[in-house]
Amino acid sequence: MSELAPAQEADAGPEDTGPTPVFGHPTTLSRGQLCVHPDRDSYAALVRALRDDGYQMCVDLTAVDYLGHPGRALPPGVQAERFEVVVNLLSYTPARRLRVRVQVPEPDPRIASLYEIHPAVDTQERETYDMFGIVFEGHPDLSRILMPDDWEGHPLRKDYGIGRIPVQFKGAPPPR
Amino acid sequence: MGLEQLQYNFLTAKVEDLVKWARRNSVWPATFGLACCAIEMMATGAAHFDLGRFGMEVFRASPRQADLMIVAGRVSQKMAPVLRNVYDQMVEPKWVISMGVCASSGGMFNNYAIVQGVDQVVPVDVYSPGCPPGPETLMHSILTLHEMIRTGEITRRRADTGAGAELRLDRPVAVATPK
Amino acid sequence: MSAPPATDLNEELRVGTCGVDALRSPAAVLRLPHLPEGVEQQPTADHTMIINMGPQHPSTHGVLRVMMELDGETVVATKPVIGYLHTGMEKTGEELTYIQGPTNVTRMDYISPFHNELVFALATEKLLGIEVPPRAMWIRMMLCELNRMSSHCVWMATNGMDLGAVSMMIYGFRERELILAFFEKCSGLRMNHNYIRPGGVAADLPDGWRDDVKHILEVIPKRLAEYDQLLTGQPIFHERTQGVGVITAEECLALGITGPILRSTGLAWDLRREMPYLAYDDLDFDVIAGTYGDTFDRFAVRLNEIRESVKIVQQCMDRMPKGDYRVQDKKVTPPPRARIDESMEALIHHFKIFTEGFKVPEGEVYVAVESPRGELGCYLVADGTAKPYRMHIRGPSFVNLQALPHMMRGGLLADAVAIISTVDPIMGEVDR
Repeated sequence: MSELAPAQEADAGPEDTGPTPVFGHPTTLSRGQLCVHPDRDSYAALVRALRDDGYQMCVDLTAVDYLGHPGRALPPGVQAERFEVVVNLLSYTPARRLRVRVQVPEPDPRIASLYEIHPAVDTQERETYDMFGIVFEGHPDLSRILMPDDWEGHPLRKDYGIGRIPVQFKGAPPPR
Repeated sequence: MGLEQLQYNFLTAKVEDLVKWARRNSVWPATFGLACCAIEMMATGAAHFDLGRFGMEVFRASPRQADLMIVAGRVSQKMAPVLRNVYDQMVEPKWVISMGVCASSGGMFNNYAIVQGVDQVVPVDVYSPGCPPGPETLMHSILTLHEMIRTGEITRRRADTGAGAELRLDRPVAVATPK
Repeated sequence: MSAPPATDLNEELRVGTCGVDALRSPAAVLRLPHLPEGVEQQPTADHTMIINMGPQHPSTHGVLRVMMELDGETVVATKPVIGYLHTGMEKTGEELTYIQGPTNVTRMDYISPFHNELVFALATEKLLGIEVPPRAMWIRMMLCELNRMSSHCVWMATNGMDLGAVSMMIYGFRERELILAFFEKCSGLRMNHNYIRPGGVAADLPDGWRDDVKHILEVIPKRLAEYDQLLTGQPIFHERTQGVGVITAEECLALGITGPILRSTGLAWDLRREMPYLAYDDLDFDVIAGTYGDTFDRFAVRLNEIRESVKIVQQCMDRMPKGDYRVQDKKVTPPPRARIDESMEALIHHFKIFTEGFKVPEGEVYVAVESPRGELGCYLVADGTAKPYRMHIRGPSFVNLQALPHMMRGGLLADAVAIISTVDPIMGEVDR
């Protein structure tokens, strides 16, 4: 069935709470896509349980820096932090997707690595470390991957400027 | 023996013309395709647009055997030292065409990651605009380079400015400080 | 899960009998000096040496650098080093409005730009909750399939050249020129079109497009038969590709590999069939799957995918619906240029959309399409303003490169080039 079917109840609000918790963790629904919100300690165990349940491929692992947008919708009981690690999982039979979002606080940006469960996250966790500074414990080789090794700073954080040089007629600084 | 050191008289003018003719009709490019422009560069070398008619279809992998470096694509901070390294390995006379807006000025990526113009790293002879420049634009820039070789404008300029050989690069070029 | 001791694993690595579990051990990753604290360094054995390939190299498909640990001519371990084309596109995406977004995203996978634009447009439309008209959907499908054909032609060209069949380079680009000429008529550009935008497509198909597409569909199958003659049955090609770079379906799932690599192992997973987007569930086409998961299978999968795309484009041409080429929502789609002279409201909408952009309600969404390299996904977080709060593109080549160490292990140095080529990495989407 086409993914572009007209939006149903997602029109009602930005995020509705999902119907049932997944493995005991609260869920939300965003535009019809299910999202689980475990806490940092049970995150790896949840992904392992999901893998055994059929979500065999970890398609994408990334992070979001919510410094400029703290008031996003989260299920009750989930404390909003600055960083959020987002993992997209895919299951083949039946064909379905699931998203896992974990809050990571800024003063202690560490989280368990999923390398032993899904080796697919090797380069993706390195990229998230490089761009956000989130340390993945248990990753065999957490080093910078996109920026030069001696680069300082984590570019995708919201307090890291875009690094634009002023150009004639376009010297206006970025608005955010 | 460079052309610059020749005493100017009738015979050496003919020799000079011969050398310039040889130089411009067999410019061998080095493979320095980085991004989207590289695909257009390959298309220019392929059958429809055919660089072979200029004697340029041999893209030499080794910079020692190449005359021309067509910097095709955006140069990132990590790539800038590599670019300079490859340029330094090329033997004189060597030329650089900066293909595409990203190589000429940073293009649409005015940010922390892209060097805002490869002329910060290597001296450029011809700038080719476009995103990506079509094969006709690239051929026009190549013919412009040939014209510059023919009139000797390039060799005269090199003697004056030192050909960018004074530029030293010990670490990646930082364009703007973050924050 | 405990890791086996390092020396035993090296033996296993050399012989090439390790399965999926070896992928999960830390010893599977080649490490280099200058590591952060706390990561232990694995000493290399005395008789091996580490050599460097790239980033400027004719066969690395762009600026990919591969560090290889060799024992004679046998590759023991590999580490792809990337980042030489990092452009900060995800950061740039946060500074551009949703209508400017496709210009940025299209330059990631620059060989199949329509797919990048498509995934970004689909993610934006999902956040907006709008549906594009049927004609826009079918135009998008047709152009994406033509793009798949041109991308696979480039792949066959570079693959042939890497393996030594240099004339293949010329043939592949010859086909591509036909398709690019058509793209230039549609969108104005040969590459990096910015044609598929949130709300539909930028402009309607040009007059006489059926003749152009018909010509393309007549010429390409005949040329594919020529390539069959040139490559598919040829013994040298078989020697160089059969049994080289073997990967199993289990390993692909563990490493997150999608696309022709996954399909060559026998698992016929194609997002156009399993999780259809646009109108792919309305079309009749086959998903090509291989058997052995080696380089030859991947060549065969891609060659036949061109044939399937020909079928799809034929159906699109026959069944192209009439109607609007973009959604008629005034807040999202700019008005036609002619109306700007007539109506003040149209002028204001045009101005607002192109300077400020349209606002997208809060939410986050992940949308994926099947690009010629695999699953191309876009994770978009909107915060109610006119610019994305976070735009992340899941590039298939970025994840597929993780297969490189595994495929090269135990093989010869000469096969390394064939394996890099068969993974078909596009560094624009690897580094973003």
